[in-house]
Amino acid sequence: MTDTPLAISLRGLTKTFGKVVANDHIDLDVRTGEILALLGENGSGKTTLMNMLSGTYQPDEGSIWIRGRRVNIRSPREAIDLGIGMIHQHFKLVDVFTARENILLGQKGRSAAPDEIVGRLQLSIDLNKKVYNMSVSEKQTVEIIKVISRGADILILDEPTAVLTPQEIDALFDLLRLMKQEGKAIVIITHKLEEVMAISDRVAVLHRGRNVGSVQTADADRFLLTEMMVGRQVGLSIQRAPMQAGNTILDIHQLKVLGPEGQPELQKVSFTLRAGEILGVAGVAGSGQRALCESIAGLQEIAGGSILLDGKRIDGLSPREIIKRGISMAFIPEDRLGMGLVGSMDIPDNLLLKTYRDQPGVLLRRKAAREEAQEMIDRLDIATPGLSTPVRKLSGGNVQKVLLGREINLSPRVLITAYPVRGLDIGASMTIYDMLNEQKQKGVGVLFIGEDLDVLLSLCDRIVVLSGGKVTAIVDSKFATKALLGMKMTGLATDKEDAYA
Amino acid sequence: MTFADQLIAFLYAAVLASVPLLYGTLGEILIEKSGNLNLGVEGMMYLGAITGFLASYLFGSPLIALAFSFLAGMAGAAIYAFITVTLKANQNVTGLTLTMFGTGVANFVGEVLKSTAPAGAVFMNEAVKAWLLPLNLGPLTQLPVVGKLLFNHSILTYLAIVTAVTLHLYLNHSSLGLNLRAVGENPAAADAMGVNVSRYKYIHILLGGGICGLGGAYISLVTALGNWQPDIVGGQGWIAMALVIFSSWSPLRAILGALVFGTLNVLHLYVPRDVVNIPGAFYSMLPFVVTALVLIFSSIRMKREHQQPAGCGVNYFREER
Ligand SMILES: Nc1ncnc2c1ncn2[C@@H]1O[C@H](COP(=O)(O)OP(=O)(O)OP(=O)(O)O)[C@@H](O)[C@H]1O
Ligand SMILES: [Mg+2]
Repeated sequence: MTDTPLAISLRGLTKTFGKVVANDHIDLDVRTGEILALLGENGSGKTTLMNMLSGTYQPDEGSIWIRGRRVNIRSPREAIDLGIGMIHQHFKLVDVFTARENILLGQKGRSAAPDEIVGRLQLSIDLNKKVYNMSVSEKQTVEIIKVISRGADILILDEPTAVLTPQEIDALFDLLRLMKQEGKAIVIITHKLEEVMAISDRVAVLHRGRNVGSVQTADADRFLLTEMMVGRQVGLSIQRAPMQAGNTILDIHQLKVLGPEGQPELQKVSFTLRAGEILGVAGVAGSGQRALCESIAGLQEIAGGSILLDGKRIDGLSPREIIKRGISMAFIPEDRLGMGLVGSMDIPDNLLLKTYRDQPGVLLRRKAAREEAQEMIDRLDIATPGLSTPVRKLSGGNVQKVLLGREINLSPRVLITAYPVRGLDIGASMTIYDMLNEQKQKGVGVLFIGEDLDVLLSLCDRIVVLSGGKVTAIVDSKFATKALLGMKMTGLATDKEDAYA
Repeated sequence: MTFADQLIAFLYAAVLASVPLLYGTLGEILIEKSGNLNLGVEGMMYLGAITGFLASYLFGSPLIALAFSFLAGMAGAAIYAFITVTLKANQNVTGLTLTMFGTGVANFVGEVLKSTAPAGAVFMNEAVKAWLLPLNLGPLTQLPVVGKLLFNHSILTYLAIVTAVTLHLYLNHSSLGLNLRAVGENPAAADAMGVNVSRYKYIHILLGGGICGLGGAYISLVTALGNWQPDIVGGQGWIAMALVIFSSWSPLRAILGALVFGTLNVLHLYVPRDVVNIPGAFYSMLPFVVTALVLIFSSIRMKREHQQPAGCGVNYFREER
């Protein structure tokens, strides 16, 4: 293995943004026919490092060697010409173009035809569909075809799995293994350790902009990797805080919601949420999770049924009024560019966005917000150069901590969180779980819309399973199994079972 | 004159009035497709107007006059491109400044010319005038009604239509056009695919400026028949900006839009005072009212493809996020 030629070799690569040293003299090698997993906490500089390979960022210092030759990659064009293809953390697609147009963009004739690639890899995608009509996984597929059609033999994938379903991830990994056999060098960034173990040959770990070492995947385990990543040992088991079951606060009754084209998104959805419990919502992506969150928060009109808070109807109230009554929502959308944060504003101002109306007088009281922001930064360990840095400049994971932290700061009675750990590193994920448990013990009713069944099972008290907009089960997580949830999620058993509820 | 004759005269005048609007609109469409909003259309038309006028006076050649107009529009656009694409300054401010600059320079030079010329007026070279007069296409022009309306126009009118069709084909059916639209919609995506964003912006901002310059040439050489007047462009650049929206960034719809707006422009000359008597200001307001109405109706159900390019107005920094 060690004598296979090096595809990429980085020496002393350094990149700073103002005061932030994103990459600090990083050395890294990737061989041909190898899949390297790049691991690191949020903000540790993974994306920055890869962007220097794709020609998006210019290094301040250090050298890049591709197939043994020293190169200067001054633009994405030059990276493409070197056979480097990158799938970015945030999609780079033209929304009003079809898949095909996006793929043909910038091509100079010599590329493989998109149809041929789709056929060869047996992808399921309609090349004539507009990107704005696509689901995230379809967009991801387009990004993959884009890279392959350029004949790239060095592939960089920056968190490609964050928004994919388990089945889609399996398909992607099969594809990567195929490409590895063709002798391509592949770098994949992911926060999910099981994926690292499943797909990679070797793991390199970044910590605060430095490369802290690499190990053969065969010699690694989750604990070792986490320790390398965080710099200390971290417990990886999620605790379920003991429940003091309170009264019902939220009562969803026979809820029906219609989509923009009049198709039912939710039908006959009924469940209750008690104070001091975490109620999980499981389901395949697109089973009505968004409609559920948005109708409770008052962002979407309901077509039937009722939503009761403390026995009083809140459906039909304005979102503002619903927030006032104590319902808070933190929804991490699939594209993850935080919903409800203003990128060009700093953390204190983003906090004020939600609370300024409650202040007396016309002038804003910034001081309190700044203190609150500082406290949040410390508690959630948010990596930011300073209080007045615009949130857009933070790394993806840190933006998310701000979003959730703000909702918790409102001390809500009901906290709705959807996919709160999407794209978060393992340490941050644990922090978020702790935060949710803390809220639960304060007597808040937490509605947790999740993806990972293991997490749902170990964190939640009860789990509602959604399938095609209907509730197919409500189970006590102490007695439920992954297999049961999986079955209910696919809607195989249609009869409603709330025996354990 | 019979009513039919009057109607034909009215429609003919509408076509005449629509040509400079069409040039301005096409130029700005091309610029906006590259993701830049240039509020300098009026200014670039002024630059084209005065330069074409001056060149025809000095050289007496229609082609040289038009080339100078095109180059003048491009020069204005080049300043704008340098400031917004290379220096990455605010597009709105830069565009507005360009309009003020073009208007000022053109009016100043025009006044100087007028006051120094014999008898206080500068008359255009006859050769240029003859070349730009309505064409006589023989039997085609002799046809009743359509002959006058379709086959009896200045060569600049036909050039405008050819430009519109060419732009349509270029934007929607060529790979360069595809790249250009990507630059305007999502420069980061285009950049990642190896498209040279700055180069595309420069080329198309400059070409668009040149096209606006031709619109100016039409105003000073055809509409005004080489008789320079102060404020000669008189806001037609701004109407063209509205037309860009009206035609939802499509060069072909721009032809239709320019005709509609041209009609509105000459309406007040042909509505008999004794039938409808409303103040002239009402008529000058009409194009904007129509744009507002179109905006309201089209925003209700407008496809994403027919909207302003998503990257329009925002400068692109590759390392920014
Ligand atoms: N264009 C930029 N401008 C300013 N700061 C930046 C920029 N890009 C990255 N940074 C900063 O550099 C650091 C590293 O960011 P980077 O995006 O590389 O992290 P990451 O490891 O990819 O994190 P995540 O897992 O959250 O995606 C962060 O502190 C971030 O705020
Ligand atoms: Mg990243």
